[in-house]
Amino acid sequence: MTTDNTIIKVSGLKKSFGSLEVLKGIDTEIKKGEVVVVIGPSGSGKSTFLRCLNRLEEPTEGTIEFDGVDITDKKVNINKHREKMGMVFQQFNLFNNHTILKNITLAPVKLGKMKKEEANQKAVELLERVGLADKANAYPSQLSGGQKQRVAIVRALAMNPEVMLFDEPTSALDPEMVGEVLEVMKELAQSGMTMVVVTHEMGFAKEVGSRVIFMDEGVIMEENNPQDFFANPKHPRLKEFLSKVLI
Amino acid sequence: MDKLNAFFSSIATWFVELKDEFVFCFIDGDRWKWLVDGLFVTLQITLYSVLLGIAIGVIIAIVRSTHDNNISTIRNSFGRAVLKFLNAVAKVYLTVIRGTPVVVQLMLMYYVILVSTDSKILVASLAFGINSGAYVAEIVRSGIMSIDKGQFEAGRSLGLSYTQTMIKIIIPQAFKNVLPTLANEFIVLLKETSVSGYVALEDITKAGDLIRSRTYSAFMPLIAVALIYLVLVVFFTKLVSILERRLRNSDH
Repeated sequence: MTTDNTIIKVSGLKKSFGSLEVLKGIDTEIKKGEVVVVIGPSGSGKSTFLRCLNRLEEPTEGTIEFDGVDITDKKVNINKHREKMGMVFQQFNLFNNHTILKNITLAPVKLGKMKKEEANQKAVELLERVGLADKANAYPSQLSGGQKQRVAIVRALAMNPEVMLFDEPTSALDPEMVGEVLEVMKELAQSGMTMVVVTHEMGFAKEVGSRVIFMDEGVIMEENNPQDFFANPKHPRLKEFLSKVLI
Repeated sequence: MDKLNAFFSSIATWFVELKDEFVFCFIDGDRWKWLVDGLFVTLQITLYSVLLGIAIGVIIAIVRSTHDNNISTIRNSFGRAVLKFLNAVAKVYLTVIRGTPVVVQLMLMYYVILVSTDSKILVASLAFGINSGAYVAEIVRSGIMSIDKGQFEAGRSLGLSYTQTMIKIIIPQAFKNVLPTLANEFIVLLKETSVSGYVALEDITKAGDLIRSRTYSAFMPLIAVALIYLVLVVFFTKLVSILERRLRNSDH
């Protein structure tokens, strides 16, 4: 069992694609209200790790406890747990065949979380919060990248999740649009949302993160609070990595 | 001047002959009714087999793409066995149907499989529907595969089930993408039903052929049949392009 304020507990997580072992044993705990930022070079397994948390990738070995339930168990209905884990993708992945409003309300209504009117009202409120209320009836193709990503965040929030997972949310954006998305994420963090963020934005990690994890070669090489993480990196691989990225 | 007169009068004669032939072929003995009845039969068979073809095609496409995308991640061993079995059945169906001529399938259906049935329309609709289903299946499958994987993952990450994601997000986009190809398949199907005469079903082609054999005049009835097909195809093409424009409103 996990202690009360632990929301996700990962034990011995391994993932292989064929003969390629991408995750070689990950152990970590994420507490309620924490903003965990995962950084690392390409191919280090950080996105795979994140996608294992809601089983978009099936773990090869190990367990993931979410709210005290082992969601890697065969008998678990993963859909029920995914309702409580919002996810934001690098490529936004808004539903191209639906309007912005429908993108946001589709899942809550379909899954019986809210009545249609209630969901519409909540969607408009959330859109107002991210400054996109006027886009409710537009289609995704009419929005800029930054707008799409803010809608994607709202879509995940509309399910009232307990955790938000971000998979490189700003990597596909024009530099000008990175700020508006990070701002929304920052507000979200300040409101107390538990977040796991895979990113290359070191500034965000420093400013908003409550813990930073450095992954490389399929393992967690180092984790620490942002101040010590960036000021006193211990592992030589992390020192090398930080020396190469602009902060 | 005489030559010109002779030329005009020969044209006039030609038109008169044409008119006589028209009357002889279609008006005498009310033979135009054969064409109308035949047209009705053709449209009926086409409609039924289009509906059947879509139903079979979508199901087979879902089985095939579900198998190809997910067989490695399904952990329930019974579910995996069922899916493997269904996929094998689908593959056999596709191979057999696409590997044999539709006329042969139609005759097998009439003379071997459904010997006891009276309704030739039913026989033809089943034969053409089952045949078309194989082509529709591959068209729809290519549509499903053309949708970015992220659309699917976004649906699943919100807690929607596989089926809900397919119905609400993937299939509508796939359908839009393959609409032109699908329309092409229906045009082919409409014209393919012209072999219905092989099982003594009087569709529009057969009706034209009957008039030809009765009147010993080939030109008039066959041209009429060809024109009717042409008008039908042009009409359906127009309908589809209207539908395409309607569906396109989500991308600007």
